[in-house]
Amino acid sequence: MQPEAPEYEQSSTARVLPPVQPRKLAKVPFVELADGRLQGVVSSGSDIARVYVSSVEAGSHDYSCSTNNNRPCGGAGSYGTCKHVDALITEAVVQYGLRPVARYLRVELPEEGEPGAWELRRAMNGTLNRTEAAVVFSRFLHHLSYLELPVSTSPMVELNWFPAAGVTA
Amino acid sequence: MLGTHVSALLGAESAGAVEALELVDGFDATLVHGLARLDAERAGAVTALAGAFAASPLGERVAEAAAKVTAGAVAEDALIALAGARTALLGAVHDDLIATLDAAIGRERAAWAGENGKAGEADNLLSGCRAWLAELAIAGWRGVESDLVSGGSQAVEALYAKPDRRGLAVLLDGLAAELTAGSPLSTMAPLPSRRWADLWARGMMLSAADSLPGEPEEVSGRLLVLGLELQEHATVVRAQIHGVLETAAGKRLVRTGVAAGKTDTIVGPQVWSLLAGFPVLLGAVAEKKALELTGMTLLPGGDLVWDEEKAKPGEAVDPFATARLQLGEAVAPSAAPLERHPVRIAEPVFLQGYGHAAGAFVIDGHELPVALDRLPTAGPLTAALVASSTECVGLLRWDGRWFLQPLAVRATVKKATVDVHIGDWAMGPTDPKVAKALAKADAVAVLRERAGRLLRK
Ligand SMILES: [Zn+2]
Repeated sequence: MQPEAPEYEQSSTARVLPPVQPRKLAKVPFVELADGRLQGVVSSGSDIARVYVSSVEAGSHDYSCSTNNNRPCGGAGSYGTCKHVDALITEAVVQYGLRPVARYLRVELPEEGEPGAWELRRAMNGTLNRTEAAVVFSRFLHHLSYLELPVSTSPMVELNWFPAAGVTA
Repeated sequence: MLGTHVSALLGAESAGAVEALELVDGFDATLVHGLARLDAERAGAVTALAGAFAASPLGERVAEAAAKVTAGAVAEDALIALAGARTALLGAVHDDLIATLDAAIGRERAAWAGENGKAGEADNLLSGCRAWLAELAIAGWRGVESDLVSGGSQAVEALYAKPDRRGLAVLLDGLAAELTAGSPLSTMAPLPSRRWADLWARGMMLSAADSLPGEPEEVSGRLLVLGLELQEHATVVRAQIHGVLETAAGKRLVRTGVAAGKTDTIVGPQVWSLLAGFPVLLGAVAEKKALELTGMTLLPGGDLVWDEEKAKPGEAVDPFATARLQLGEAVAPSAAPLERHPVRIAEPVFLQGYGHAAGAFVIDGHELPVALDRLPTAGPLTAALVASSTECVGLLRWDGRWFLQPLAVRATVKKATVDVHIGDWAMGPTDPKVAKALAKADAVAVLRERAGRLLRK
């Protein structure tokens, strides 16, 4: 639903970010819509020390998948995406919702019915176009680094601008 | 709160506040389009903002800044002066609202005893933040693109290394995330212009001056918990506890809080495990116990700097009894001058004997809006419970209008009376179904494992 202007424009606590839906993180610990891509990190099913960096570009829907050491993923080829890219799309839909992901990737979804991740996946016909894994991987490490920050007992007046959002009634 | 209180609160009108907010809106519109491209109307808004300070000590500096900016010379010191002017206007609106509130509900408030802010020391970290905020103001929200948003990330990251700059780091991180989420900003509609200008101005003030908390005092006594509210954005969660502090000097309203870093994927009841390092504080909140404090630091703005070592759990005390019996006698603190802003108002109140309307409590025919969108998914308090409640402990807040943010309710569920507090789950969810689901998909554990394996390689 579109918020009402000017009430929204003149609110100090207008909500900008949609609530993130909880999802299981074991398979895909990191997903983001950034730098014109849906991108993220997918844990390897066989080697706990290995992760794959997968992405889909908005507009072209070109995809990429390689290990964090920049070795190409054997599953991603010119004929189609690998299971990592598929898992990335599925989890992004859980986290952000189908329509926001489709809007970001510029995918046309049928207005009618209740399309799912499968329809989203089918509407994309990009090809393999490898991108550098390092940038996304370092963003993932930065993301994880927030869990390493020391706890704080300082008063933070600033957080009055950030009340925890509930489920909208 | 009685009907007469609500009526006095909602009925108060202040021409001064309306005028101040119009000046604020005018200035905020200049930030939407950028100070580099001021048309006549928006240049007029900058001049009008400065005009409001003509007779004040700030006057000369703000007038000079407005003259520079409208002439196209958008320098950092001019932006700091304008941010200061906007902050002072909202500070005046805050003071006006607080005066209305105190008069309406009969709250006694201590005068501000601390010092005012002073100019900050030269600090490379802060100059990086100021430079970024200046660039945002020059470009205007509509002109901000992803490179400019990420341009601030290094400065923000460096801030996290300094514990005393955590508030600023968290603020700028939150702003950057919203700018990213709103992109493309050239077409975002509607755009949260007051909110972003608030965050911008607060960031500018924090990176330009040290908001001195004033002379702290050491307090010993009993802290009676009224309730807990949760504050969060993608990378932070903070539990803020409101209570009554009983010392030899009398009863005072105080707050205390604990915060931790998080990721956007840690949501709902998962956040409590990030605060597991505060079992004395959060244990007392969850178990409804008083806290015995010995020599804990209290800042003049009413914030206790929490220290687990200086607190012990005391006897069981019902927060509803505290709200009913102690709230009327407790003296409220005054906010530090630089921190005065309507968004900061969060006055604990107790309500009973009200009726219900859609999204509001009705007291003697007066409707007080209830913020049902502020019932965090991390806690057990739901809109349905609020709608069937007979008593409520909450915070009076203001964002364009007065409203109540519930912290706890007493409600009738299946003919039984139940008390439900947001803080009931502060030591982890007490609902076995929720606890079981949480154990099955423990986001914090998964991410900590990933961090352990990948971060320190
Ligand atoms: Zn792959």
